[in-house]
Amino acid sequence: MVTNIQTNTLLEVKDLTVDYLASNGTVHAVTDVSFSLRRGEILGLAGESGSGKSTLAYAITRLLRPPAMISGGEILYYPRSSHDEQHTSRVTLTRLLKNGKRERIKSGNEEQPIDLLQLSPAQLRDIRWNDLAIVFQSAMNALNPVMTVGAQIMDVLRTHRPGMGPDARKQRASELFQLVGIASDRLRSYPHELSGGMRQRAIIAIALALSPEVLIMDEPTTALDVVVQREILTEIMRLREKLSFSVIFITHDLSLLLELADNVAIMYAGRIVEKASRRDLYLHPLHPYSYGLLNSFPALHGPRRKMSGIPGSPPDLRAVPPGCAFHPRCPLAFDTCRAVLPELRAAQGEDSGQVVACHLYDPRFKAEPPSTSDLASKYEALAEGSDSK
Amino acid sequence: MNDLAQALEGTTIHHHPDAILEAVQLRKMFPLRSLNLFGAKQVVHAVEDTSLALYPGRATALVGESGSGKTTIARMLAGLYSPTSGTVRFRGERAKLTGGPHLRTYRRHVQLILQDPFSSLNPVHDVRYHLGRPLHIYNHIRGRTQETEQILSLLNRVNLSPAEQFIQKYPHQLSGGQRQRVAIARALAVQPEVLLADEPVSMLDVSIRLDVLNLLLRLKEEERLALLFITHDIASARYFAEDTLVMYAGQMVEGGPSEEVIERPVHPYTQLLISAAPDPGRLSADSNKSVSDLPARGEIPSLINPPSGCRFHPRCPHAMPVCSQRVPGRTELGGGRWTHCFLYGEGETSCEKSNQNL
Repeated sequence: MVTNIQTNTLLEVKDLTVDYLASNGTVHAVTDVSFSLRRGEILGLAGESGSGKSTLAYAITRLLRPPAMISGGEILYYPRSSHDEQHTSRVTLTRLLKNGKRERIKSGNEEQPIDLLQLSPAQLRDIRWNDLAIVFQSAMNALNPVMTVGAQIMDVLRTHRPGMGPDARKQRASELFQLVGIASDRLRSYPHELSGGMRQRAIIAIALALSPEVLIMDEPTTALDVVVQREILTEIMRLREKLSFSVIFITHDLSLLLELADNVAIMYAGRIVEKASRRDLYLHPLHPYSYGLLNSFPALHGPRRKMSGIPGSPPDLRAVPPGCAFHPRCPLAFDTCRAVLPELRAAQGEDSGQVVACHLYDPRFKAEPPSTSDLASKYEALAEGSDSK
Repeated sequence: MNDLAQALEGTTIHHHPDAILEAVQLRKMFPLRSLNLFGAKQVVHAVEDTSLALYPGRATALVGESGSGKTTIARMLAGLYSPTSGTVRFRGERAKLTGGPHLRTYRRHVQLILQDPFSSLNPVHDVRYHLGRPLHIYNHIRGRTQETEQILSLLNRVNLSPAEQFIQKYPHQLSGGQRQRVAIARALAVQPEVLLADEPVSMLDVSIRLDVLNLLLRLKEEERLALLFITHDIASARYFAEDTLVMYAGQMVEGGPSEEVIERPVHPYTQLLISAAPDPGRLSADSNKSVSDLPARGEIPSLINPPSGCRFHPRCPHAMPVCSQRVPGRTELGGGRWTHCFLYGEGETSCEKSNQNL
């Protein structure tokens, strides 16, 4: 059973492209992004601001509004089969037709994936929160300041579970609060009466109200202090063990992902440049950008050494550099990088599922791929160069 | 308050001969406006009895969570808030921080860099204006050519090149890192001896942060600046600063050489802070255990009615009865380390015993 859950694909994103249509040029926020999310997996998305992480999350939940436009790709969602006994309490996914009859969307073949980009607003309404919930960055803005947090949980239940009575709703709300570690008498509190950490927990409780399959977390802990952040992360890990949902965790803090996520995808200028298990990424990052990002965090232990960060700044997404978008900042760039766009492919001699979009690992352009220490020495040379300036 | 006074009597005030800027038992309370005229007057006890010293060519990091009073200290040192009690000493003499002329003299030596470069620069003025103002006010430069010359050299010192292009740019045309460099250049314009940096990189993108930190480090070396580096990220304190001070809820809890404090924290709060910090290094050490167990739970207390005694005692796993009765005094641990904790002195338990427990 466990292995089945581990290997099953839950969400598959294929060649997703999102553009913002601005008056002074189209901003290519997300370009040809493909990845898949397994059941129970925590996938981390990391990158600088403006790398398209949040846009990707909003595209998956179809929350983008004009001028943003999804200009290509597919987002396939594989619903859990109905004979799964774990979630008998879940109301089957239904759709209210115009004539008042309810029709099951997933009638017939249960294994048939649903393309989230093709759904009508009514179908989306069913999928959202039932299967796909999102936790936003700013806990204060995501909660309604003039409603008690309890009312906000029950609001979700009232909308999505019309059959549930008021007592059952109250029961479920206090269950959820206990689940995320808040005393249930706090249901009557208004958001301003809660601390930042408690607000974020309340939002997680709301997101979990209908036991979704996928939880998208967009920088859920960025506004919080380290101690509270650690508590929230421990909570997410614990809940995942218990409820076995999948998480797409978006953050700019790579060191956080290395502790939390199963797999990490690194985004740069709207594309995924490397995807690997957290261990592989930590021990031997392949893409020079991944290395630079890892090297941007001072370590708590080990020798104190001069660190360099990444020179330059992220590109303007209206005019992404040709070839590899990272080449103007890359210390190992060579001629091919400026002309040819690298594709995401398994690196030479790698069978662990680590994929990278970099010509350095392509035997057609480079006979010998660089080792992690090569990356380190190039970056170090760079640090010394900027030092003498 | 009596408890505090008792604790204060026990501590001796150290004067550091080579310190350039010293805070001696600074305390700040903010009165709260109450709607009830007859109710008790309420105050926020933002900073209590805080002493620190800054030395030329040395960086001191002040670490703590939000609400711990780190920014209040920086603002008192910069002369933006006047302390409720305590003194600021500059070059061993009591600094006068009231009145325009006194403040102006003081700020020639001590400059503050703010956290948010998006709001610390005026959006309707260009870079020339931002850097020209301090030059005009403090350096009495004559003529536009001299001004341009000095601004260009400032921009070059903060690695904004080509400087000729940056001089006429407006804040909205600059990235976050570039803005923070302009803010640093503005602080450098008066040729200060002390820089107070209040979370200078926390608003910046991860890949830019180290650049700005390295710039500050280089300036510190080159100009022998005394730096106060305020941060919530204990790992960057280790990278950046020779000394680290840890604050909790307005009180100093621990201090000493950064490496020592972070490798062997003694105060339970410092231990909590370090165990909570993300640390990918744990990956290589123990692959199965990803998220460590927390030794303590709870949140920073309200500073309107702070807990009596040591303010950490409600969350502290080692709390003893004495912790809620008296404020722990400063215990010197040797090698420049000190802490405010009854586990290490002025209490019943001995140092060795508690070390084994922790």
